[in-house]
Amino acid sequence: MNLTLVLLIIIFSFSCFFYGRSKSRSISLENNYKLNALPKFYGYYLVLWCSLPSLVFLFVWTLFEPIVIKSIILKIAADQGLVMQDQNTANLIYEKIKAIYLGTYFGDVDNLLKQSTLSYAKFKNIFTNSKVVFVFVIVIASIIYALKKIKNNNKARDDVEIILKGLLFISSLIAILTTLGIIFSLLFESIKFFSVINIFDYLFGTNWSPQRAFVRDASTITSAEYEELKDAFGFVPLIAGTAFIALIAMLVAVPVGLFSGIYMAEYATRKVRRISKPFIEILAGIPTVVYGFFAALTVGPFFRQIGENFGLTVSSESALAAGLIMGIMIIPYISSLSDDVINSVPQSLRDGSYAIGATKSETIKKVVIPAALPGIIGSILLAVSRAIGETMIVVMAAGLAANLTINPLDSTTTITTQIVMILIGDQEFDSPKTQSAFALGLTLFVATLILNYIALRVVKKYREKYD
Amino acid sequence: MTKDKRLAKRHRSEKIFKFYGLLSIFISLLFVLVLVNNIFSKGTSAFTKTVIETEVFYNQDLLDLEYGASKDEILDADFFDVTIESLLLIYPTNGLDEEKQLINLFSTDVEIEIKSKFLNNNDFIGKKVIIELTASDDIDQLHKGNYPRDLPEDRRRISDFQLKIFDKLVENGNIKKTFNNYFFTKGDSRDPELAGIGGALVGSFYSILICLLLSFPIAVLASIYLEEFAPKNRITDFIEININNLAAVPSIVYGLLALQILLSTIHLPRSTPLVAGITLALMTLPRIIIPCRASLKAVPPSIREGALAVGASKFQSVFHHVVPLALPGTLSGTIIGLAQALGETAPLILIGMVAFVVDIPSSPIDPSASLPVQVYLWSESAERGFVEKTSATIMILLSFLIVMNFLAVYLRQKFEKRWN
Repeated sequence: MNLTLVLLIIIFSFSCFFYGRSKSRSISLENNYKLNALPKFYGYYLVLWCSLPSLVFLFVWTLFEPIVIKSIILKIAADQGLVMQDQNTANLIYEKIKAIYLGTYFGDVDNLLKQSTLSYAKFKNIFTNSKVVFVFVIVIASIIYALKKIKNNNKARDDVEIILKGLLFISSLIAILTTLGIIFSLLFESIKFFSVINIFDYLFGTNWSPQRAFVRDASTITSAEYEELKDAFGFVPLIAGTAFIALIAMLVAVPVGLFSGIYMAEYATRKVRRISKPFIEILAGIPTVVYGFFAALTVGPFFRQIGENFGLTVSSESALAAGLIMGIMIIPYISSLSDDVINSVPQSLRDGSYAIGATKSETIKKVVIPAALPGIIGSILLAVSRAIGETMIVVMAAGLAANLTINPLDSTTTITTQIVMILIGDQEFDSPKTQSAFALGLTLFVATLILNYIALRVVKKYREKYD
Repeated sequence: MTKDKRLAKRHRSEKIFKFYGLLSIFISLLFVLVLVNNIFSKGTSAFTKTVIETEVFYNQDLLDLEYGASKDEILDADFFDVTIESLLLIYPTNGLDEEKQLINLFSTDVEIEIKSKFLNNNDFIGKKVIIELTASDDIDQLHKGNYPRDLPEDRRRISDFQLKIFDKLVENGNIKKTFNNYFFTKGDSRDPELAGIGGALVGSFYSILICLLLSFPIAVLASIYLEEFAPKNRITDFIEININNLAAVPSIVYGLLALQILLSTIHLPRSTPLVAGITLALMTLPRIIIPCRASLKAVPPSIREGALAVGASKFQSVFHHVVPLALPGTLSGTIIGLAQALGETAPLILIGMVAFVVDIPSSPIDPSASLPVQVYLWSESAERGFVEKTSATIMILLSFLIVMNFLAVYLRQKFEKRWN
């Protein structure tokens, strides 16, 4: 229904464009005056008046219709004698009525429910019909208004541009809405989680085994149960595992990335640069699931084989394999950013160093790098935030059990792995286990936000220094 | 230390330093080659499948069909007996166990294959016809040389008896490799020989299409606003900070957002390309806005001033002159953003795209898989046949990404104007 209405409105608006254009022309010919705007602007003007008010109305109506119908139906049902103790049973009854109406309910239907379903159908009908009527009235009223304006030869272009500018502004607001959406959806579940689990038990607990909280209603928890539960959500092994794998990744990515960046910026000829730069950036374009597959099926078993040859027990899901592959994934982020940063160090600094007899590498080590250091640190911080937010490599190549370990040959788990493991497949809502994933998500979000903020500040400060 | 020695030492350290730089680049390049080589060497064999040429006797008595039976009658008919009878003729068997082993050489769809052949040529009735039947995964892997046959029998999935039949069939030239049409046309399956990426391809296509339709217009409009119209004030600054932060938020957080808002709050259907598309659009939006703004910024102010000087309004100067000039950069930024979205996996796992979907989705609101999720799903499977399937899926995914990236580079180089 809504879709048909929207399509009708759009088609009608398009035809209004041509009508408005020719109408304004003919008016100006009849009355023999010059139009204030090009004829097509009158067309746009009519289109906007025809579509915007009705679409906004339709949107608001669709948003509120179910709420209004629900309150009416529940009131009628209560008057007729359906017993509803609290909000939950009321919701349940309403869902039942809806299911009966749609024909998807297969339980017993008593007389009262049947009555309510009939009235539901009645109101649904009334609301749908009145919606259509309202939409048509609004379309016609706004067209009449717009036509009157056109007759008065208004400044259509200015009006159209103001509305379009509003549209542009709204599009740019989507970014804020997304941020708000992220914050609210994470906070909402996290607050529920922290109302069950004490935040200090979460932050400082050293044991993570959420499967212990399996199928347990969070609202009816006894203190004895809580004692058992609080041990299940300790964040420490996760942050330790995440930091450990990120550290291994950085040990690979920073030297390789930095040296690549230096070579590109200082030594490489144009030709070498032109060929090798896109090649390194291929690494950033490969989907992480591909790295994960490679790490899990080739690198992990390979390390295990090597370890066996030396008599070491290497887990096939070792932190080393995941960290190494993650490091390789991150190389291009560090190399291209540090390349940029080094390039923006002024040539005069280098010339000064050469003038007192330093070699190229001495200049780089003693002059260029110190000058570029803030930018390089910024790029490393950005890379760290990439590493801790990276999901697929660790899901596929790192372990699932939360071990507190500093042995790179052991398996560890990470924040992102646990989020995926908790939410994969069916989730029971209102279980602390499901909510804990959102708490982890919130932690991750805040951590990456802080890292990015610092990194961007550092890079910006540095840029201002030489610009 | 004499002066010469010191100089020599300094020159040596210069050389070493330069060598480190070269080495680093070499490491990156080497890894790209190793990865690509690894994937390709594992994956190419998935594009062929092993078939066993079998003489099938469409015995009228067993089928219980008349000459010129209608399509519905054939669909209803039971081909089980015909199938078993025909398969058992390949090799003499002794006892039920051996019969079972013989039948297990074929895929689980063998009866359907025999039936569908008959559907296309219903004059086969009463005749003996030679048909290429898909072999089971074990035979497929054995024939491709991926399966070690020198293991002791109790550690092999293929029995000695099956090996004997296989060798006989090879000797007679009845085992062949053909193009694996199933890989492109079928949906997911528990049996590797019947599993395909058809569903994942369609799912990815719908997801990316929805992502494009949502993110491209919004991103372009938003960047036009921010670059051309926005007053310099707190709100604008706030929007800018937001966009930069969103571009760096880990993708899994978008999965949590989609789970909470799209699935639990507004109850969109789970596991569908619709939800995937919206999620990816939210994620891609800031990643498109940033290059869009850069390409708008690159258009010199003289263009705008020229338009304004001849009486255009601000809007006309932007939409008639600035935007068309910035379009190549905008489009290439969009394509690169979409390429990233195409390879994105984590948020899609959270919105339930990991569900086991056999059917190929016919609309964006049918449950489906997507290419990267299919890679993840198959990589978790134990069967040997899924390793080559996974690698082949990665090959398809990577070739899409390469095409998209080349398109982006081409657009930029061919159409973008340089101003200096």
